[in-house]
Amino acid sequence: MSPETSSMNSDVILKVEHLSMKFGGLMAINDLSFDVRRGDITALIGPNGAGKTTVFNCITGFYKPTMGMLTMTQKSGQQYLLERLPDFEITKTAKVARTFQNIRLFSGLTVLENLLVAQHNKLMKASGYTVLGLVGIGPYKAEAQNAIEIARHWLEMADLVDRADDPAGDLPYGAQRRLEIARAMCTGPELLCLDEPAAGLNPRESAALNALLRNIRKETGTSLLLIEHDMSVVMEISDHVVVLEYGQKISDGTPDEVKNDPKVIAAYLGVEDEEVEEVISVVEGLQGGAN
Amino acid sequence: MEYFIQQLLNGLTLGSIYGLVAIGYTMVYGIIGMINFAHGDIFMLGGFAAMIVFLILTSLFAGIPVALALLIMLIVAMLMTGLWNWTIERVAYRPLRGSFRLAPLITAIGMSIALSNFIQVTQGPRNKPIPPLVSSVYEIGAISLSLKQIIIIVLTVVLLSIFWYIVNRTPLGRAQRATQQDRKMAALLGIDVDRTISITFIMGAALAAVAGTMYLMYYGVVSFNDGFVPGVKAFTAAVLGGIGSLPGAVLGGILIGLIESLWSAYFTIDYKDVATFGILAFALIFKPTGILGRPEVEKV
Amino acid sequence: MAETTISTVKPEGNLVQRGLKEGLFAGAISLGLFVLFVGLKTDQNMQNELILVPRWGLLAIFVIVAAVGRFLSIVFLQPWLAARKAAKAEEVKAVTEEEGFFRKHFNKIAIAALVLYPPIVLSLVGVQGSLKFVDNFGIQILIYVMLAWGLNIVVGLAGLLDLGYVAFYAVGAYSYALLSMHFGLSFWVLLPVAGILAALWGVILGFPVLRLRGDYLAIVTLAFGEIIRLVLINWTEVTKGTFGISGIQKATLFGIKFDASPEGFARMFGLPMSSAYYKIFLFYLILALCLLTAYVTIRLRRMPIGRAWEALREDEIACRSLGINTVTTKLTAFATGAMFGGFAGSFFAARQGFVSPESFVFLESAVILAIVVLGGMGSLVGIAVAAVVMVGGTELLREMQFLKMIFGPDFTPELYRMLIFGLAMVIVMIFKPRGFVGSREPTAFLKERRAISGSFTKEGHG
Repeated sequence: MSPETSSMNSDVILKVEHLSMKFGGLMAINDLSFDVRRGDITALIGPNGAGKTTVFNCITGFYKPTMGMLTMTQKSGQQYLLERLPDFEITKTAKVARTFQNIRLFSGLTVLENLLVAQHNKLMKASGYTVLGLVGIGPYKAEAQNAIEIARHWLEMADLVDRADDPAGDLPYGAQRRLEIARAMCTGPELLCLDEPAAGLNPRESAALNALLRNIRKETGTSLLLIEHDMSVVMEISDHVVVLEYGQKISDGTPDEVKNDPKVIAAYLGVEDEEVEEVISVVEGLQGGAN
Repeated sequence: MEYFIQQLLNGLTLGSIYGLVAIGYTMVYGIIGMINFAHGDIFMLGGFAAMIVFLILTSLFAGIPVALALLIMLIVAMLMTGLWNWTIERVAYRPLRGSFRLAPLITAIGMSIALSNFIQVTQGPRNKPIPPLVSSVYEIGAISLSLKQIIIIVLTVVLLSIFWYIVNRTPLGRAQRATQQDRKMAALLGIDVDRTISITFIMGAALAAVAGTMYLMYYGVVSFNDGFVPGVKAFTAAVLGGIGSLPGAVLGGILIGLIESLWSAYFTIDYKDVATFGILAFALIFKPTGILGRPEVEKV
Repeated sequence: MAETTISTVKPEGNLVQRGLKEGLFAGAISLGLFVLFVGLKTDQNMQNELILVPRWGLLAIFVIVAAVGRFLSIVFLQPWLAARKAAKAEEVKAVTEEEGFFRKHFNKIAIAALVLYPPIVLSLVGVQGSLKFVDNFGIQILIYVMLAWGLNIVVGLAGLLDLGYVAFYAVGAYSYALLSMHFGLSFWVLLPVAGILAALWGVILGFPVLRLRGDYLAIVTLAFGEIIRLVLINWTEVTKGTFGISGIQKATLFGIKFDASPEGFARMFGLPMSSAYYKIFLFYLILALCLLTAYVTIRLRRMPIGRAWEALREDEIACRSLGINTVTTKLTAFATGAMFGGFAGSFFAARQGFVSPESFVFLESAVILAIVVLGGMGSLVGIAVAAVVMVGGTELLREMQFLKMIFGPDFTPELYRMLIFGLAMVIVMIFKPRGFVGSREPTAFLKERRAISGSFTKEGHG
């Protein structure tokens, strides 16, 4: 289904193994394992409350998982155990960036400033941790100009150049979504995690978003992991789909495989528990017949 | 051992006063999320009102029974501070509701400065001593328990029970709790939010007035700048107990009172406030939401 | 415009009626509010007993002023304000804001005016007359400008509510006082030392508390501020307690002392001996320190750290998701703000020649914070204006001796200083909740630099 070449045999960028997250007595995620392959667009789907955002928060360090291992392998081969890193280190050194379900922009800063904040660590180093930059020594000036150019590049990609000097809070919703993605890209990530990027977008904005995501992958080779509700987005752009329900993985495969998985159908159609077995047997019977 | 129990009693008395003031902080914080910095000065105003009423009573009716005098002082002080706090909320805080978070805080600090200086200007900068109202002391073994302390502790318990009943069992309390949870939704459901907030301010002020009157009775003196230190300590108590929680405010108040009196008794009196603030800082660093406060979940 | 006039004319009868009703209500409320506190005054008689002195006339004035004021406000002020607002709304659409020469070059003009201020005062009122203007108005206001600019880094940029800022001012002042007393070091050596010590204290105090959010941070900073003050009071062996430390060495100009000695400033230049020269020197010194603070703040805002501070104020979680270490970012804001507080403190000690814990009470923190918020958080110009208005305005009251003619010889205008200060804080906030300058200047731009309206900026949660 996916228009880009599906890279089934490429290596794994993020390996999630036996991830569990407990809130009080509630098991939000229970022994979840899946792989995100380098260069792929991987979608994490599931009904409301399935624990998708919790998985994201564990990967990006906002929650410390109760159990499990999250291994990030960079292009260079350098490996990081994400569950052991503080949240900001995950973006800074492990190179995993994220966006949020309810957009978190710096609304009082301009669009351009938002993208400059995202290049903080690089610029800090260039400014000699502020000290040298303050007295005007060192490469800060050139590096700051370079940062603006990078920002301009991502603004062009996200179709936001015209709004560069407006406050981020002033942008329409769809543009804010694209800005948040552009901002995350300015951190130079190898894996970009998007939490419901298409939520609340109209069809036109949704199409623009799909184009942006495809361009990101094509141009930078960044792997994408996204949570999505909108099935059309998922089916259209993802190479690999992981389905969660009640904190457990119920299916994992290509969009086509997942679409026809009876457990997924049951989860999405909201079949009663006792009927699930029934549906499964029926579908299995059909598949068996087809084989 | 007797010494310890004696100090415990003193601490409990002091803590009751802090607790009564702390409730006003915690309620206002709970309902509109602002630190009402002027609340300490409302407490001071309560003490002044009681003091002036006492002077009126003793000059007009020389032989008035102490119990009756105390009752009138309490009632007038409560009405007076209730009116003051109602007016302050109406004039200074309501126009800023829903505005920028620091604006009401600055207004409240301004109001606090204005109130204490208003009293300084109108009543003079000197301490205002009154003759002791109640002086009976009961000796139980080596422990002396004064009638003042009994009155303060009993009154605190009684008021808290009434208060607890209002907040948990009446429609008014329900409106308050609803407004606290979600002001917009409460308004949509037909709760008069403005009125509920006004009543909250009046209730908080009335309790502060009781505390002020008790303070006057206990120490026999009140001065225009008596609002700040007890105010800060009461706020400390509210935070220590978990701001927004009523039992927390009382618990915090009592804890602060105990820390203060025990520290003064066993260590050096000079550093008693350092101890209070130090313990607050440590408590918050290790349990940032206070003892009974609901944990704040970081929404991502 | 015509419509609004008509609409205010029509319900005139109603308006007067409403005005009367509200006026009476306001009168009744103020009667209730003031009957005890204004109507009666407590005085001590010869036996040291309290007696009551009635002041019913004064009470009547209070009540009448409240009632009439409310009536006038309802009948005249409010319709006028509404009409003006409507007119303004129309105007804004038509006229694009054109910056005048004065507005455009405001900063340069202001700095030039400040540099020329002492000579102008000197030529107008002479050497001795200038003392008051240079010291009370000039130096006093500039100290607050510097403190507020320092606190602005913490509150205005990083969005961390600090209610104990005066602690760092105290650290700076006592560092200078103690180190110059015990080691005889000069002001110029100790100025940076005081700044570094204050910054160090900023880090020490900041490290445990910066995990806290919002109002919890506010109360813990308040607590630390009080702790430092109480330690200064009680640690008498070192700080001499409430007596304070006196005889602190003065600052020198390239080693030239401002005293009566032959090498002193006055003798050296053949001038008559006067303390005014030292004050003028101090004026330029604090002006330089202020400009340094402003320069560093402006530079920092364009550096990654400054942007990270502002981003932190807007959204801390987003900051962390972008790989920003929020703990060190907050600490640097705290330390930088504290450092400027320390500079101001050592200047204060050198100016007064005397420090005591009295100068570092919570009220000072409140005043400094008020100046930052009243000025418009983050805006250097707004904060400077707020300092001039609030500090200068209340200093002015000291000068109003002519009021004694009106209110009698017992009238002391100083008494009303803080009362008016407090009320002014309330009134300014009600009419300008975002302060004098509510907009924000972007730190970088692609095509054009446009100020950002205050309605987009957030005030931080820390």
